[in-house]
Amino acid sequence: MSARSEILARVRAALADEPAVRQVPREYRQHSRDAGTADLAEMFGERLAEYTARVHRATPEHTPAEIIAEVLRARGASSAVVARGLPARWRPGTASIGLVDDTGLGIGELDRTDAAVTGCAVAIAETGTLVLDAGADQGRRAISLIPDHHVCVVRTDQIVGTVAEALAALDPLRPLTFISGPSATSDIELDRVEGVHGPRNLDVIVTPVGC
Amino acid sequence: MSTAFLGMPELPGGHGNLRGAAEFPDAARQALGNRQLRDNLAHATGAIRAKRSAVVDEVPDWEELRAAGSAVKADTLARLPELLEQLESAVQARGGVVHWARDAEEANRIVTELAGRQGAREVVKVKSMATQEIGLDAALDAAGITATETDLAELIVQLDNDRPSHILVPAIHRNRREIAEIFAEHMRDDQGRPPTDLGDDPAALTEAARRYLREKFLRTPVAVSGANFAVAETGTLCVVESEGNGRMCLTLPDTLITVMGIEKVVPTWRDLEIFLQLLPRSSTGERMNPYTSMWSGVHGEGGAPDGPREFHLVLLDNGRTRALADDVGRQALHCIRCSACLNVCPVYSRTGGHAYGSTYPGPIGAILSPLLTGMDADDTNASLPFASTLCGACYDVCPVKIDIPSVLVHLRGQATRSGHRTERATMRLLAWLMSSAGRFTAARRLMRLARFGARGGRFRRLPPPLSGWTDHRDLPAPPRRTFRQWWAARRRNGGGAR
Repeated sequence: MSARSEILARVRAALADEPAVRQVPREYRQHSRDAGTADLAEMFGERLAEYTARVHRATPEHTPAEIIAEVLRARGASSAVVARGLPARWRPGTASIGLVDDTGLGIGELDRTDAAVTGCAVAIAETGTLVLDAGADQGRRAISLIPDHHVCVVRTDQIVGTVAEALAALDPLRPLTFISGPSATSDIELDRVEGVHGPRNLDVIVTPVGC
Repeated sequence: MSTAFLGMPELPGGHGNLRGAAEFPDAARQALGNRQLRDNLAHATGAIRAKRSAVVDEVPDWEELRAAGSAVKADTLARLPELLEQLESAVQARGGVVHWARDAEEANRIVTELAGRQGAREVVKVKSMATQEIGLDAALDAAGITATETDLAELIVQLDNDRPSHILVPAIHRNRREIAEIFAEHMRDDQGRPPTDLGDDPAALTEAARRYLREKFLRTPVAVSGANFAVAETGTLCVVESEGNGRMCLTLPDTLITVMGIEKVVPTWRDLEIFLQLLPRSSTGERMNPYTSMWSGVHGEGGAPDGPREFHLVLLDNGRTRALADDVGRQALHCIRCSACLNVCPVYSRTGGHAYGSTYPGPIGAILSPLLTGMDADDTNASLPFASTLCGACYDVCPVKIDIPSVLVHLRGQATRSGHRTERATMRLLAWLMSSAGRFTAARRLMRLARFGARGGRFRRLPPPLSGWTDHRDLPAPPRRTFRQWWAARRRNGGGAR
């Protein structure tokens, strides 16, 4: 008998007492109280900052492109990789920052790149979480992983309140990465150390739609 | 079992790392003698308990989430055959390959052959309870393939040739000074050089591990992971982590092999909305862990891969169907490996994880390990259901409402029926004595004689088999007269009931 049929036969035999199939009670909250209000963006920023990510608010006067240039400069980054679909209005115009479009860069090339700039698919206010789904303005997963500095632009209309709302907005068939702060470990005496293998620096720019 | 693959080590009991060499009381006594260990454990479990309660208390619908999580798991187990078949088709439809493994040895053989087929001499590993359980690292090593654990705590344990002692923080029994010594002694880069500038600051130690592992992430072609969840309807696998070592392993190597217990499947995509709230808050005490990765088969657009080109999923039984057949014990398979029960357990937080012998320590381990392996005569796992005070703290914190105390009591009954010949003989003798008033009275009179052996009204040490009691506590001496004698004397003296 193949392992497959033997295991399935064992499972069926183990369930010979026919345990009742239970209806799952979904009485937990689907939506946040603050849904659709400005408080949601506020909560998202605060909670993400608690993980020691740096959160910036863009305005029509202080645009995402300007903030991107500032945070890259502040970290001493001279090169940043971006997906080809990153909107033109988010690309800094300064010559001092070399934006590299990802045209299938090798792992070594990504390792020599200082930073990555991406958009995101959804953001969750209650948990301070960004979700990337390899969309056109994000690119493949390696981009936001290998360079040591990740800059992520979040539109306010992408921020939802709860985990449940986020999953409802996502496509499970895409590769998904949930990011809540920079990489961290508490493996030594439960002492939190930020910055292990993922990017050690995370800058998040929250921008009104259209900026 | 095929013998085509040479070099596979004989694993103890055929189950992998699910049994220790010693019974719990003996192993625990040794652990309790280690002052450093108790200090490290008290500090770490205390810190994580406080973090957990802070983030659980802020969730207004925590009880509703627990109820839903528990129901999803019960529903999953009741429909396990159809869900496993559904998961298999969904993974295959998206370019993955599914394998089935009856036990640890078969799972190890599958992974070793897959890695060997790629010509790999090295694999990188994401922290995984399932691969610890089956002893995969040793099996790969025996086949000449070096497995590098990439989670910081797993790396510490691996470098020290030690065993993990906690589900979430495998090196919880080590403090920073000990870890610095382990790194200095065992960590070597490609040129065989030890790390430099190694203090005992956690940040510096973490940096040393980052440098050591980074080069491996960037060039190793095969990765092995576990899975926290697998969604039957979409074929989506999910790994929850903190350090980014998981993202590295799941994204960069060409081949990804995931080993998953069959009970980890959940029916629908929507079910993850429950567990992604329950798990991080219960486990690390965070609102959300730094990184969660999800993938469905292989990904990429226009011929440019995003992540591995080859994905293999190994579905592991290794005793799970045995646990499933126990109608009281099967709820142990609800476990999402958060380790909250370890941190609140008065036994675990003093003995640490090694005393439990199995990969799964603490209250959940005390039920899961014997359920997976069964408890034969003289089985060290038969001592595990007794490794508890039945205080119930584990049940209170369990995010999927596993009634651990009830399962412990249920398993104690099984262990007593199957083992301990002296105990069974004693119980039969007592039953015979107590079933007749005359025999009972005579026995009580006889017991008074035992008073002469007592000092200060107590026995401190009795010969075997009674030493089983006095090893751990005093035994009060029988009273000068029994209750029935006292009652009869009282009636004779005219002191009737008030």
